[in-house]
Amino acid sequence: MQTVKMVVTGPFNAGKTEFIRSVSEIDVVSTERKITAEAERIKDTTTVAMDFGRITVDQDLVLYLFGTPGQKRFDFMWEILSEGMLGFIVMVDSSRPETFREARGILETFRAYAPTPYVVAANKQDKDDAWDLEDMRIALRLDPKVKLLECIATDKENVKTVLLELLFSILAEMDTAE
Amino acid sequence: MALKGNLRDFSITQLLNLINLARKTGTLVIEGQTSKVWISFREGRLAYAQDGQQDNSLAAILFQANKISSAQHRVIKQRAATMSDKELGLLLINASYITQQDILGSLQTYFLGVVNNLFTWGEGLFRFENNLLPPDDKITIRLPLENIIIEGSRRMQELEQLQDEIPSLDMALRFAERPGTNIRNVNLSAQEWKVVSYINPKNTIRQIARVNKMNDLEIRRVVYGLLQAGLVEIIRPSWTPSPAVQIPVKIPPVKPNREEQKSLINRLIDRIRKL
Ligand SMILES: Nc1nc2c(ncn2[C@@H]2O[C@H](COP(=O)(O)OP(=O)(O)O)[C@@H](O)[C@H]2O)c(=O)[nH]1
Ligand SMILES: [Mg+2]
Repeated sequence: MQTVKMVVTGPFNAGKTEFIRSVSEIDVVSTERKITAEAERIKDTTTVAMDFGRITVDQDLVLYLFGTPGQKRFDFMWEILSEGMLGFIVMVDSSRPETFREARGILETFRAYAPTPYVVAANKQDKDDAWDLEDMRIALRLDPKVKLLECIATDKENVKTVLLELLFSILAEMDTAE
Repeated sequence: MALKGNLRDFSITQLLNLINLARKTGTLVIEGQTSKVWISFREGRLAYAQDGQQDNSLAAILFQANKISSAQHRVIKQRAATMSDKELGLLLINASYITQQDILGSLQTYFLGVVNNLFTWGEGLFRFENNLLPPDDKITIRLPLENIIIEGSRRMQELEQLQDEIPSLDMALRFAERPGTNIRNVNLSAQEWKVVSYINPKNTIRQIARVNKMNDLEIRRVVYGLLQAGLVEIIRPSWTPSPAVQIPVKIPPVKPNREEQKSLINRLIDRIRKL
C-alpha cells in the first residue's frame, strides 16, 4: 500500500483546515502541540498546528492531505512533510491583504525547499471584500506561469477543482521532465 | 473589486508596486490619523498628489520651491485668486517669470514630498478609486513609480518586515524574468549596484553581504527594495544542498518509474473527480 501527500500551507486563518475538511473522508485531525527546539537549544517552545485529512483512492493507494502553517521554524516539520509529497497548495485569504506578505514568504520557503509543483489558492472568494485574482497575482508577485485559483474552501466542488489543478500541474511537470 | 485596506497591513510600497505593475489609473485616497491624502495615477505613473492639510495651489508650491518671491506670491494671491493653476501657469510662462520646467519640477518635488511622507505612516485606511483623476484645471505630471518605490522602500527600516519578506539569507537572487523591466532605467544607489553586480544563483544573499561588508539589515534593505521594484526574485542557491537534502529524506515505499507515477496521478485525478 502506498501513501502519497499533498501539503496545504498558508498563513493562520487562511482556510487550510476548512479546505481539507471539505474533501477528507475522515474527520480532520487537528493537532496543536508544542515541540521543543532542542537542536537550537532554545528554551521556549514552538507551537505546531497540523491537520490531517485522508482520501482513499483504492486498496493500494491513499492520499493524505496535510495542513500546516508555513512557519519560520519549518525545518522541524520538513522530514514529515517532504516524504512522498506530490505537491503543495498555498492558501491565501483573499480578503486579508495584511497576510499577503506572509503568504509570499511561506511560498518562497516552500518553493525553495520542495522542488515540487504547487498552486496558489485565493481563498474566501465568496466574501465581499475579496481581492481580484489579477491584483492578488501582482501583490503576491506570482510569475504568470504559476496557477492562481479562485477558491471557496467551504465548497467541496471548488476544493476538488483546486486539487485537480494541482494534479494536472504534476502531470504536466512529468511530461516536461521526460 | 475592493482595493482597500490599512497601510498597517499592506504597505505603501506594496500599493505603489501594485499600481505600477497593473498600470492603474485612478486615485489612491489615504486617511491617516492627522490628515487625508489623495494620490492620482495615470497608467501606473504618478500624476498628482495632494495633502488635505496643505495649501496645494500652484502659487504656494512655486513659492515653497523658491521660484517666486513672497511679494509675487502675495500679489498672485490677491489678484489671481480665481485663476486656475493652468491659467496661472500659462500667464507666468508668457510673462517670462518662470519656465515650464520650473513649474513641472516644482510640482514634482511637491508631489514626491506628499508621497514620500506616506512611507512614514504606520497606518491609514486606503482605498483606490478607479478612474478618478484630479480636477481638469490642475496641472499633472507623468512620473514612473519605480524610483519612488525604491526610494520609499529605503525608508522602511523595520527589520521585522524585512525578515518576513526575506526569511533566509541563505537564498540566492536572480533577475526577474519579467519583460519590460529594464534595469538600466532604474536609479540604483551605490549599495544597490554592488549587490546587483553579485547577483548569481551561486551566491547566497549572505555571501553577497559579506563581500560588500553589509550587515543583515543593510543587505535585507537592499534586497527588499530590489524585490519590491520587481527586479529580482529569491531562489535556492544552485550549488548548496538544500536543508531538505541534509535531513535524510526517506524514499517513498515504492519509487515507481515515470509511467507508474503518471498512472498514480491519473488514479488520484479519477478519484477526486468522483468525490
Ligand atoms: N467565507 C469563507 N470563510 C472561510 C472560507 N474558508 C475558510 N473560512 C473560514 O475562515 C476561518 C479560518 O479557517 P480555517 O480553515 O480554520 O483556517 P486555518 O487556520 O488556515 O486552518 C474559519 O472560520 C472558516 O470557516 C471560505 O472560502 N469562505
Ligand atoms: Mg487550521
